Amino acid sequence: MTTAPSGRGGQAAPAKRETFSSRKLFILSAIGSAVGLGNIWRFPYVAYDNGGGAFLIPYLVALLCAGIPLLFLDYSVGHRGRGSAPLSYRRLSRAAEPLGWWQVLICFVIAVYYAAIIAWAAMYAWFSITKAWGDDAGAFFDSYLKTAPADEIGLSFDFVSGVFFPMLAVWIVTIVIMVAGVNKGISRANAIFLPLLVVMFVILVIQAVLLPGAMEGLNAFFTPNWEALRNPGVWAAAFGHIFFSLSVAFGIMVTYSSYLKRKTDLTGSGMVVAFANSGFEILAGIGVFAALGFMAVASGQAVSDVAGGGIGLAFVAFPTIVSEAPFGAILGVLFFGSLVFAGLTSLISILEVIVAAFQDKLGWSRKGATLIVTIPVALISMVLFPTTTGLYLLDTSDAFVNQFGILACALVTVIVLSAGLTALPKLQRHLNRTSSLKMGTGWRILVGGIAPVALGYMLINEIQTKSTESYSGYPTWFNGVFGWGMAGALIVGAILLSLIPWSDKSKLKDPEYDEFDAALSAEEAAEAAQEVKK
Amino acid sequence: MTPVAITMMIIAMVTVWGGLALAMWNLARHPEDEELLPEEMPHEL
Repeated sequence: MTTAPSGRGGQAAPAKRETFSSRKLFILSAIGSAVGLGNIWRFPYVAYDNGGGAFLIPYLVALLCAGIPLLFLDYSVGHRGRGSAPLSYRRLSRAAEPLGWWQVLICFVIAVYYAAIIAWAAMYAWFSITKAWGDDAGAFFDSYLKTAPADEIGLSFDFVSGVFFPMLAVWIVTIVIMVAGVNKGISRANAIFLPLLVVMFVILVIQAVLLPGAMEGLNAFFTPNWEALRNPGVWAAAFGHIFFSLSVAFGIMVTYSSYLKRKTDLTGSGMVVAFANSGFEILAGIGVFAALGFMAVASGQAVSDVAGGGIGLAFVAFPTIVSEAPFGAILGVLFFGSLVFAGLTSLISILEVIVAAFQDKLGWSRKGATLIVTIPVALISMVLFPTTTGLYLLDTSDAFVNQFGILACALVTVIVLSAGLTALPKLQRHLNRTSSLKMGTGWRILVGGIAPVALGYMLINEIQTKSTESYSGYPTWFNGVFGWGMAGALIVGAILLSLIPWSDKSKLKDPEYDEFDAALSAEEAAEAAQEVKK
Repeated sequence: MTPVAITMMIIAMVTVWGGLALAMWNLARHPEDEELLPEEMPHEL
């Protein structure tokens, strides 16, 4: 649905749901969503820290046993339900609607801080040209963000113009893409940004492996520590990483697959998305560790002394490499430019979850829903993050929304779908109806058995860690409000949003879906009867 | 690079990029059948 008249008057024929005009565009958009900042700055260090080359084994096991099966679960829910996350879950069962809203609210929290990181990366691409950080990238990062001292952690409204204006630009670009809709906005943006990202990143990797010392870094990255495989923590790290990396279980893949044509090869497309995401991670591991090897050799240190991940890697270690490397400015523009494009394509998908949900529930037009949803999200983001305490808030909200938002929601979702609603046979039949790779009982065991065990183990570990020690050493009230409180508020908010009645113009009453559902239900009944006969 | 590191690098590349090539090959064998697609193109945006 886009800017069709039905959204306004309610008298014209209801608009058809938008669809990706080709499978290729869906795959590009899904890869654009999955390949995000984590592929570049998280995977290399997680792999290095959890067995190096040996990490490949738990990584592949996690990809095949949890990542891909959960990706297919999301596809089946969205494609069968033909709606945003709340609508798709509601179409499975009225009681499941809060799961969809929980995912929408998780996306809201991620969107508000994600834009800040993209803005920093954009500024750092610019800073790379003059190597503005001089010889102390750590101090420069703090002075750029004007980060408040640790004893002033709280919620400040002292705005930092160097972050505020780039964030404004990020939001304007994103909103323009979102307003244009699935085909003219999201598809087009991904069709441009994703190839650009891959080309830039390949050039970056080639430049990085040619640096003196690169082989030291690659040696450290790929040397296997087989002992690590006996440590359950390493396996949990692999499952955790795959889970976050593939963008599963927080509404994105449900929403994107709802825009697929009725007869689409869901599993075949999903395999391409999953392996493309992992393929990019391997590339990132090579590029990042080649660069870290150069840094280690240049500073006379061991690779283990310079290895790191996350914000520290991107905004402190990498600028140092840019300063020291030959043609460092090019390396910097390529690296930070890659972060911007990887981040933008992911931010678009995160926002689409929110826009689609309100569009479906309230029957708004595409343009109306996009503006009514994204402008307040942008304003909240601009009030909270381009400030002297933005970094602390980002750190806490990111850690807690990942663990007690995404992870907890995923666990509840797989339990509800498998044990509560016993929906897996129906979803399995749906996947198999039009897909090239057929899912058997094994898929149901992986989704209903292995996934809840792996997710439950990770969640219990996280609850123990975060409840026994103060996250990042921040004040208890700060983590309490913006960590635990925020994560709890998402659940309460999800229930409240589910209680809001569906508008008469909503997509809940959609003749197009009813026709689709009736045809599918008849096919499902026939298939179920055949299975019983067998 | 040590031989074991080189071996692991090659295995990682072959499994993951090989997996991607295989997935793309599988998809290419099952092209979108336009005649089977009941949905119309979105009539406007």
